[in-house]
Amino acid sequence: MSAQPPALEMRAIRKAFPGVVALDGVDLTLHAGEVHMLLGENGAGKSTLMKILSGAYRKDAGEILIDGVRADISGPRDALARGIRVIYQELTLVPQLSAAENIFLGTLPTSGLGRHFGLLDRRTLHAQATRLLEDLGIAIDPRARVGGLGLAQRQMIEIAKALAAPDAEAPAAKVLVMDEPTSALTTREVEQLFSLIARLSARGVAIVYITHRMDEVFRIGRRVTVLRDGRVIATRDLDTVSVAELVRMMANRDVTDHFPKVPATRGPELLRVDRLSRSGVLHDISFTLHAGEVLGVAGLLGAGRTELARAIAGADRFDGGELRVAGTVARFRTPADAIARGIGLLPEDRKAEGLVAGLTVARNVALPHARRLARWGMLSARRETDLARPIVGDLRIKATPTQPVRLLSGGNQQKVVLGKWLAGGVRVFIFDEPTRGVDIGAKVEIYNLMNRLTAEGAGIIMISSELPELLGMSDRVLVMHRGRVQTVLERGDATEERVVGAALGLDPTVRLKPETTGEGRLKPDTTTEDDPHPGGVAG
Amino acid sequence: MNRARQFGTLIGLVALCFVLWILTPYFLTVSNLLNVAEQTSINAIVAVGMTFVILSAGIDLSVGSIVALAGVILGVALRDGQPLALALMLTLAVGVVCGAVNGLLVSHGGLPPFIVTLGTMSIARGAALLVTEGRPISGFAASFRVLATGRVGFVPAPVIITAAVYVLAHLVLTRTTFGRYVYAIGGNEEATRLSGVAVRFHKAMIYAVSGLMSAVAAVILTARLNSAQPIAGMMYELDAIAATVIGGTSLMGGEGTLAGTLVGALIMGVLRNGLNLLGVSSFLQQIVIGAVIVVAVLLDTVLKRKHRA
Repeated sequence: MSAQPPALEMRAIRKAFPGVVALDGVDLTLHAGEVHMLLGENGAGKSTLMKILSGAYRKDAGEILIDGVRADISGPRDALARGIRVIYQELTLVPQLSAAENIFLGTLPTSGLGRHFGLLDRRTLHAQATRLLEDLGIAIDPRARVGGLGLAQRQMIEIAKALAAPDAEAPAAKVLVMDEPTSALTTREVEQLFSLIARLSARGVAIVYITHRMDEVFRIGRRVTVLRDGRVIATRDLDTVSVAELVRMMANRDVTDHFPKVPATRGPELLRVDRLSRSGVLHDISFTLHAGEVLGVAGLLGAGRTELARAIAGADRFDGGELRVAGTVARFRTPADAIARGIGLLPEDRKAEGLVAGLTVARNVALPHARRLARWGMLSARRETDLARPIVGDLRIKATPTQPVRLLSGGNQQKVVLGKWLAGGVRVFIFDEPTRGVDIGAKVEIYNLMNRLTAEGAGIIMISSELPELLGMSDRVLVMHRGRVQTVLERGDATEERVVGAALGLDPTVRLKPETTGEGRLKPDTTTEDDPHPGGVAG
Repeated sequence: MNRARQFGTLIGLVALCFVLWILTPYFLTVSNLLNVAEQTSINAIVAVGMTFVILSAGIDLSVGSIVALAGVILGVALRDGQPLALALMLTLAVGVVCGAVNGLLVSHGGLPPFIVTLGTMSIARGAALLVTEGRPISGFAASFRVLATGRVGFVPAPVIITAAVYVLAHLVLTRTTFGRYVYAIGGNEEATRLSGVAVRFHKAMIYAVSGLMSAVAAVILTARLNSAQPIAGMMYELDAIAATVIGGTSLMGGEGTLAGTLVGALIMGVLRNGLNLLGVSSFLQQIVIGAVIVVAVLLDTVLKRKHRA
């Protein structure tokens, strides 16, 4: 193998987005037939690296070699032509079409006279599909409608599609990237997928496999690369490394960040969540929130953090358990009910859920309060501006109250969403990724605001994918794993390793949990895609 | 930018008037202009409701049929000798109820506005035909017809009513919580809901407003024709959507003004009037008007794209 150049070599890859360096000199080497695991927290740079490989992003610096030859990947089509295939988490199949039609969607065969009219040559199509599927050892009828297939079978079709040449000139797949392919599969389906991966590997396809599941890492991987903050922490052979080491590599970082945390004096109970459940998403969630404290919520994408926030804030229904606000049971049918009881949600995706882009700063801030501000249904611009002006000043929003929010920067937009809940009445703040895509100065201002709110007797639930922020600002950290509370750690006990370990489903104090339990798994989380803001903090 | 956009529409209207003035001097006489204003009033009022609906990112295809249904109910009430005030109340109520049904199906039923109002379009039309057995009801008292034939000074009553509707609706849209919610729902429905706004209730209200506007238009139309016709209001949805969109309201919702819609309705009215004065056949008129709608929106889209680039 050493005589042969690696199938893929990425050298010193660098990629920056406005305000954040997503990749900083990343090296990745893949040999033919190797299954290479790519590990890292959310935002470590995995997705960005793979998007550069697939041609979705252009790299800022570094070089890519395929079979030892320098390759300047100019775009997705070019990547395909060079034998690079990526299977994303969301499947890209057309459910109404057959397996064969999906596999060859880009190059549907025509023949004979029909060629001139685009008449489909079904016989050739099915022959090609049958050959490919047999070749891969996939036992699926090429005529089957994809919509009628199970998730694992669809995944297989997706793989077959990736391996089918996109056009006549393209070479066979050399490098196959799979991004958390098992997240929606049952145990048996996972086995099918693994045996297919083994067959591909045996015929020399180099595979990059992104996952959060430790058992899979050791089960199918030959080598592993751990990314953190856009850098490679280590690339190791998997028989020379332990789970604990990997967790440490993913979590540890230079704690240079400074958090202006003011320790809380815990006041009375504001919110009690008791055995909250939502079928398939949240299971028996219980915790309390007290006045004066910040409760951090950690977990991987899809762990149910956003769903929990939305359930508490009345945005989604839940089907089991109850909420108590200041001791009395609360039944929320709409967000309006939750707001009336003093619960305000800062949603994860501020553009989609937090702001009305065309309205002015003042009108956005005043939106939850419009009813209260109006007399006989009549609003006055003066009263709205009066409400918004101190908040704009207080949060140092760099805008006038009469500017449309779409003209503001990300950090300032986020402050406007925050400002909506500062105009009174809210005692329980739920912040879902409050500093995502926000520059460092605005981050510190948001942290200071959190201190002030807790000092004034509010309670804050802060969901965050940034560990330093969670550990730096939380009085307690609740860690979720697959819709359940894995553990709740006091500020003193919450170390990076413990939080990351718990988020991965490991429970160091009890036992190592088996990972592939099959049933009860979460569906891939559609509300929290990896890397939803290509311009912001990139995965 | 919005203001510039409206200014552009206004320039379009002025340019259109100028061209017609050159082609036919009669166009720019007081009596013709009053005629245009009067003819425009019905579409302008229907377009007010349409603007509310489109601002909320919806669509209402049922306006024409609601005009017909409200009109024949008015006709029946007057024919049966009901007091004018009661008949008018009943008419407006019919419009509000039809609109509210649309609204409830959209907001609480979760159905697409296009489908719901398409269904209502057919149902209301059928109801209008059923009530009248397909025959128009004609010949009303002068005390009712004055709503169309009356004048204040030299200004026809429908123009006065239209002006009043626009002033009122403009105030509702710009000064009330309801108006704010219309823009907010159209701009970002989920953010509005998460802000604690009763989105579903207000969506239903928006369609009710559209129904109400159709009923007001029905009153003027019936008075003008001195006849309530079950086949009235055909294609009104086209004219109202055209006026709204030419006036700069975004079909995606959240952006637009009633001033723009008024100018849009006037462009439609002036165009019809001008084509009539020029003796253009009504068949050809349809083609011209359709083309103007598409070109106006195309121009808008192209300019917006340029603005962004």
